Amino acid sequence: MLKVLKIAARNLARFGRRTLLTSVLITLGIVAVLLFVATTGSFKTIMIGQFTDSMLGHLQVHRKGYVASIDSLPLNLNMPPAMVAKVEDALKGNSAVEAWSPRVKFGAMFSNFTETTSVRVNGVDPAKEAATTPLLPGRLVGERKSGPLLRPGEILVPEVIARGLKVKVGDTVVLVATNLDGSVNGKTLVVGGIVQSATGPSGKDAYVDIEDARTLLRMKDAQVSEIAVRLKDPAQLDKEYAQLGRELSGVTNKEGKPALEVHTWADLSPFSSIVRMIDLLAVFIKVMLVSIVLISVMNVMMMAVYERIREIGTISAIGTPPRRILSLFLTEGLLLGVGGAALGTAISLVVIYALNIWKLSLKFGMQSSPVTLSPAVSVADVATIAGLVIVMSVLASLQPAWKASRMDPVRALGHV
Amino acid sequence: MVLIRAEGLVKTYRAGEVEVPAVKGVDFAIDSKSFVAFVGPSGSGKTTLLNMIGCLDRSTAGKLTVMDTDVGKLDRRAAADFRGRHIGFVFQDFNLIPVLTVYENIEYPLIMVQDWPESKRREQIARLLEAVGMSGQEKKRPDQISGGQKQRVAVARALATNAQLVLADEPTANLDHDTAYRIIELMKKMRDELGTTFIFSTHDPKIMSEAEVIFQLEDGRIHRQPLPQPQPKVALHA
Repeated sequence: MLKVLKIAARNLARFGRRTLLTSVLITLGIVAVLLFVATTGSFKTIMIGQFTDSMLGHLQVHRKGYVASIDSLPLNLNMPPAMVAKVEDALKGNSAVEAWSPRVKFGAMFSNFTETTSVRVNGVDPAKEAATTPLLPGRLVGERKSGPLLRPGEILVPEVIARGLKVKVGDTVVLVATNLDGSVNGKTLVVGGIVQSATGPSGKDAYVDIEDARTLLRMKDAQVSEIAVRLKDPAQLDKEYAQLGRELSGVTNKEGKPALEVHTWADLSPFSSIVRMIDLLAVFIKVMLVSIVLISVMNVMMMAVYERIREIGTISAIGTPPRRILSLFLTEGLLLGVGGAALGTAISLVVIYALNIWKLSLKFGMQSSPVTLSPAVSVADVATIAGLVIVMSVLASLQPAWKASRMDPVRALGHV
Repeated sequence: MVLIRAEGLVKTYRAGEVEVPAVKGVDFAIDSKSFVAFVGPSGSGKTTLLNMIGCLDRSTAGKLTVMDTDVGKLDRRAAADFRGRHIGFVFQDFNLIPVLTVYENIEYPLIMVQDWPESKRREQIARLLEAVGMSGQEKKRPDQISGGQKQRVAVARALATNAQLVLADEPTANLDHDTAYRIIELMKKMRDELGTTFIFSTHDPKIMSEAEVIFQLEDGRIHRQPLPQPQPKVALHA
């Protein structure tokens, strides 16, 4: 086998310029794909982190049907305390869960006593919310007060409303909300902070203490609209989603059907479409790479066979078995692929390392500070892409190699 | 002992609708360890006969037995195997593999055709290099040696697997007369030393006279099959 490798390598070296050109094409293809995977992967991770760590959490538990009607934030689909207790028991027993935050969500009218606007209100336990969405404190802008994120009687006002209604920290405002029984109630609160939107320029999510929310809504018991869950390892999302879904399927309604539903952040955020688009682009770029490899290697190998017809006739005449001739040409394709893959991977890793040193930053959406990418590729990514290139190189050599191995020696020897 | 026997051997090529007869029913027998020449003008059927004896081509009719094997019945793979085990080839254009050194060209059939262990390979190649007068040249590539040297290497390659039969199609056509004569002398010497049967084709009268058995071919038929000539004394010119 070593001798076949040696002969194949020398044959490639014989047509140095052509081999170099093909190797460069393969190398550039691999560099393009790995850099794309590394940078978009980093971008995806950062942006997903922004959404999960500042608002959504990794998973959310709702009462069945709540998410389908989430635009109206229905109070009649809140989880009663017994149901909440069952969810919390399941979360307590799961070592993969880092924190969770029960929320009461409702729509309300926000007034500074001269102007009024609508607002989505999140009633939260400040400590649990900060543990579940650790980037939330970082979203507070402008004047900051010291102490906890939110005190009872305070409200964190969305930036867009604070700006429009000229509200500042320390101002008194009033929230008016419709209760479950249809009556209306109002509560005066003090602005404890201005909070940047995590969902875009029109984001109007305010935060109040969960007990203030229940008081405003005149709740007689400790109902919850949703429970946001933070995992210790986001990579375990799919596994924990399935696990939690299984555990909570035992919580049923009066008809004996599951009363709860679990969603991942991707089910709840429009950013998941962007993620899917990025993944689709990555597939598209990989298809392009495969095409480049396939066409260039096949072209080189067809030329190699055509130019060496007499040589093929000679080795066939002296008794080289057809499978050896086949393996010789396949090995040449293999070496082209391995060479291109090795060089491409090496260059890509150097460039990725350099990007991490020089810090590649870009502005995205409403982020006040630019997002600094930390491009990285996993061993699995490198192995998959390099493996794909090598396999495609061998496959591209198959037809020319087959042709060489089936060549009639008399005709081949007579070829001019 | 008869090594090759042809009975009513016919080869017809088809060019579109036209049939072109290349060999028109020849009968001959060649003894083992003989030094044979097929002679005749271009198109007389020399190469076609050599191709059929070398299992590179199959006859259209008749029977050809080489080393007790009816080679007309061998399929492509079996024919390649038969060639690899029993037959060596020397070509008019030398046909050495350009990316391999002299040593590696001789070694090629021992690796790619047969599977000799390295120590045995080394021993065999050293012996052949010495025999063909190419010792000390083993690291050179084909483009670094002369035509005569290339053909010496080709002879060594043909003999590397201890072939019982070497077929040489116009082995001297691309060489000057002196070099051609030396190659023929070398082939004869190898026959004497190794007992290998050599069959070569030529249209050079001076070269053909070196053969011990001559088959005169003309228009696909053997016209004259002279009796074996007295064996001349081997004189090797380095």
